[in-house]
Amino acid sequence: MAERLSLDEVRHVAKLARLRLTNEELEQYRSQLSAVLEHIAKLNEVDVAGVEPMAHPSDVTNRLDEDVVGESMPVEQLLAIAPAVEGQFLAVPKVLGEETGP
Amino acid sequence: MDDNQSILGLVEALKHREISAVQLVQDCFEGIEQLDEKLHCFHETYPHRALQAAESIDGALEAGDEPGPLAGVPIALKDNIVTSFGHTTCSSRILEDFNSPYTSTAAQRLIDAGAIVIGKTNCDEFAMGSSTEHCAFGEVCNPWDLTRVPGGSSGGSAAAVAARLCPGALGSDTGGSIRQPASLCGVVGVKPSYGRVSRFGLVAFGSSLDQIGPLARCVKDAAWLLRIIAGPDRRDSTCADLAVPDYLNGIDQPPENLRIGVPKQYLSDKNEPAVNEAVYSAIELYRDLGAEIVDIDLPLTEYGVATYYVIAPAEASSNLARYDGIRYGRRAPLEPGEDLFDLYAKSRAEGFGPEVKRRIMLGTYVLSAGYYDAYYKRALQVRRLIKQEFDAAFEKCHALLGPTSPAPAFEIGAKADPLSMYLCDVYTANTNIAGICGISIPAGFAKVDGKHLPIGLQIQCKAFDEATMFRIARMFEASTDYHTKRPPGIGDAVMRGV
Repeated sequence: MAERLSLDEVRHVAKLARLRLTNEELEQYRSQLSAVLEHIAKLNEVDVAGVEPMAHPSDVTNRLDEDVVGESMPVEQLLAIAPAVEGQFLAVPKVLGEETGP
Repeated sequence: MDDNQSILGLVEALKHREISAVQLVQDCFEGIEQLDEKLHCFHETYPHRALQAAESIDGALEAGDEPGPLAGVPIALKDNIVTSFGHTTCSSRILEDFNSPYTSTAAQRLIDAGAIVIGKTNCDEFAMGSSTEHCAFGEVCNPWDLTRVPGGSSGGSAAAVAARLCPGALGSDTGGSIRQPASLCGVVGVKPSYGRVSRFGLVAFGSSLDQIGPLARCVKDAAWLLRIIAGPDRRDSTCADLAVPDYLNGIDQPPENLRIGVPKQYLSDKNEPAVNEAVYSAIELYRDLGAEIVDIDLPLTEYGVATYYVIAPAEASSNLARYDGIRYGRRAPLEPGEDLFDLYAKSRAEGFGPEVKRRIMLGTYVLSAGYYDAYYKRALQVRRLIKQEFDAAFEKCHALLGPTSPAPAFEIGAKADPLSMYLCDVYTANTNIAGICGISIPAGFAKVDGKHLPIGLQIQCKAFDEATMFRIARMFEASTDYHTKRPPGIGDAVMRGV
């Protein structure tokens, strides 16, 4: 059976998903995802002409809250669970003045 | 059943001081000590905290106070329901050391009702799986046969309740993750209607599908737990502003002029014969109890898995983008010359297991430029058609009856091929896709290699009609004894004080 995905496509998707995958993983996902997409192609058998997509089972839209100041979580508590902080800030690698992606 | 071991029985026994909350909690931890090395239901337990809470409940009960409708009842939480104490890992390396700064609404409502949280149960990583084999900290075993899976993703919660390690637990259900493990472990599991229970503090997987729900040993216990955790919550805008009925009120009365629908697609010859036999027996029982059995046609049943495995991974790939190694969770060390992109890609590669990566990849692909219409939009259109099919069915009947899972528990390692695992969700995923409610109740056993493997019966009702669902489930339970059976070797040693 011809694979639905090429290795280049899998590599591209991994980049979009921000996942650094090994060549072995890329190969494995190519074949496994191709098989799943083959099954998903069943959906082409269903006549969906004119059917409004349903993103959500609930009818609720934009439920508004009173515009009043409420309780917030203490900043220290949130910083305490961050992997790296500097003072009151989350620490990240330098992003300005250099390339930010391959 | 041995009613004094049910949650409702325990609540009464505690209130009348026939047992103490401390004794009950100690019994739970003794059971965990004895059995959990083999079963591996729990990732983490809270003996110190639980005993303190139990002492305080005992004090209140001795003083004649009313410390709540679950006063002193030990409960386990699936490890994707956050608490401000202990860890919440989602059974993932990426959250291995994560301490939530807050407590989920569902867990808080249990605690406010007097329940005692004894620990967090193992699950498939980020609730993605149907076997609990995709747990970063080791798989859970089925108490009925240790060589088999408990189902998933709430496998730790289901196995813990089945093995009498605790009388009840919470799980989460995105495509069957409460009902299928309940079925495979021989306990009751409820997927409430979408919006019935607040998702605040449930780690997001598929936000238009996820619901928290109870696992328990009988229908009334599950109904009691659901009533306590359900209801409006301003911290989840998708949580319905609907009052929660007292599900126990009238639960022993069958609905009037009851019509039960049996979709012919649910009794596929691809199911294990023992599963179909159990469903046929259930149909006969309901007929004997006076229900009218109605033939229903749900031709889109077979498209549920395909629809689900577009929508759920798409939502997951968006939800799991938050694990970036920056704000919380695992951060990979960088080599000289590596940048922010590498930080994301390495942290995620190290932190996520194979099934989570697979679903993130699938979701990213179906949402990517050029494929969105072909996959995601089409799946959402089929979703509406599936919903309409259910709407039409519920015009003709109160509930739909069928198997929860096409087969009883399979052997650990038997479904290494992802698609074969995904097909386990064939009878459960559509419930989430349409937002309706469903329950799995014990309905028989398959005898395989000298072992008894539980079979679950699924009852689906229209959205927010859990009351009818519980009454119909209770009819079956009151006429059968499957829910009273214990896995081999699970005896009175556990909760012997009761």
